[in-house]
Amino acid sequence: MNSQEKERYLREYEVMKKKGKPFFPYAILKDSTMALIVVAVIVFMSLWLGAEQGPKADPTTTTYVPRPEWYFFFLFELLRVIKPPELVPIATIGIPTIAMVLLLLLPFYDRNAERNPLRRPIASIAGIMTIVAMAFLTFLGANAGSPTDIEVEVAPQYEAGKLVAAQSGCLACHQFGENGNNGPGPKLTEIGARLNPAAIARSLEIGPGIMPSYAGLAEEQPEQFRDMVAFLASLNGEEQETSETEESASGTPHSTGSEGAAGGAGETSDSGSGS
Amino acid sequence: MPDLQKLLPPPMRRPPKPGHPGGNGAPPAGDGAVTDGAPASPKTDDPGRRLTTGVKDSPADLVGWVDERMGGASFLTAMLMRKVPKGTNWFYTLGSATLFAFVVQAVTGVFLAMYYTPSPVEAYASITHLTNDVFLGEFVRGMHKWGASVMVILVFVHMARTFFFGAYKYPRELNWVIGVVLLILTMVMGFTGYLLPFDQRSYWATIVGVNINGTGPIVGPYLSDFLRAGPEFGATTLARFYAIHMLLVPGAIIALIGAHLYLVVKLGTTAPPWLRADRKPKDARSQPVDAFAGGSYGSGDGSAK
Repeated sequence: MNSQEKERYLREYEVMKKKGKPFFPYAILKDSTMALIVVAVIVFMSLWLGAEQGPKADPTTTTYVPRPEWYFFFLFELLRVIKPPELVPIATIGIPTIAMVLLLLLPFYDRNAERNPLRRPIASIAGIMTIVAMAFLTFLGANAGSPTDIEVEVAPQYEAGKLVAAQSGCLACHQFGENGNNGPGPKLTEIGARLNPAAIARSLEIGPGIMPSYAGLAEEQPEQFRDMVAFLASLNGEEQETSETEESASGTPHSTGSEGAAGGAGETSDSGSGS
Repeated sequence: MPDLQKLLPPPMRRPPKPGHPGGNGAPPAGDGAVTDGAPASPKTDDPGRRLTTGVKDSPADLVGWVDERMGGASFLTAMLMRKVPKGTNWFYTLGSATLFAFVVQAVTGVFLAMYYTPSPVEAYASITHLTNDVFLGEFVRGMHKWGASVMVILVFVHMARTFFFGAYKYPRELNWVIGVVLLILTMVMGFTGYLLPFDQRSYWATIVGVNINGTGPIVGPYLSDFLRAGPEFGATTLARFYAIHMLLVPGAIIALIGAHLYLVVKLGTTAPPWLRADRKPKDARSQPVDAFAGGSYGSGDGSAK
């Protein structure tokens, strides 16, 4: 906007203002009506939807699937759309930061003097597309189910661990066979083929990347934690006959796996970002 | 609309224009000639007379008393009587609606804070007590919870209105920047407030949220440590979120709303971008301002050209 355009705008605005009406009572009336509507909507929602209290926070279990408030769905869903582990920081911080900076600096790079949305098609289309994208991601987030069943077939000795994993909210971010959400975390259908039990135990305790740590579970209920590690280690995506024979051999060593985690640390740091 | 002037305390009524003994409070058509009879009666509600002589006459005039000592009335008069541009419509109520949603959050938040204990051991029980035992406790908590959603929606709709009307352009760039910061602070309020009920949902969502902050380059890990009050989610984390949620961010929001409103009053709200000021010949434009006063205020949506 050059100084001539600025001057023209100010002159035009002066005319529009002179043609207008005083703030009191005209604008005040509309604002007050709107304020009443806002309060009425909030009161109505409070009476209708209430404020229920979930079960108390318990660091030793994650029986509740971590889900943000609905207005963060669009940010959370970015993690599902952008899957490769090395790109996770781009989804978590990169894109939101860029969007924030673009928003903040909007008046400084959009220097078009035109204000009518119909006569600045690029800005209007960009705005509409942003709204559509955010609405779509919010819609995806609202419909992302939180299943608590894992239907992968495992040998009987891993059923206990399967139950722990199913109840620990893993499915919110990981996929087991056909169950769970594909992202933000990687698929766990073949995790046993990629990580040894010690590395799995270590990943669960650290909580690499955005994943919550399961150290609380490991401390309070080591039995359940060991079961879950055994179950995860048994997942190699192959037929059950082969895995059963393999795991019956590796079942004993991995019970000491969490203690021997220091030995597997080198491998864990490689795989850590992926889990 | 002269009668509505009477709703205001006399010192805040619109001052008369020079050469208009009746002031703008007189019927719009009266260009000074109609109110000839006014000076004869001292009881008249002529704002001009009240402004000059009325204040000291009535001992019970509280507003006048305060104004004599504080002198805010002329500012308030200017605020209330400032003109909003032609075509101002319902879209322009979104900002004040957002402000009002914030006021609802502030008021309900104060009452919630009276019963809330920000310690991991007692937080959940204090919410249970508030919800089940305190008079209207669940209602106020529900208002705070759903008011947050309403406020977030209003902030975004208000921003969309500003964007599509091109209202962020000269000379209002700075107000857009302040508005974006307010949007971010509103989202921070949503994030920090989500932990406070301290149920499973809020606890685990906050763990993931803090971890997400931690993946950021350079500052990420420090930000996470700051939010958690340490490398692990511990006993002081909740108190930290509580302090951020009810002291730090609200203070910043109130200060920035003040700056936002100051600029709105100083610069004025925009006219709808599809309206154009008529380019009248020079002599027509030099008419007194009040000649336009009967223009279409509420019906100015697109029809006026």
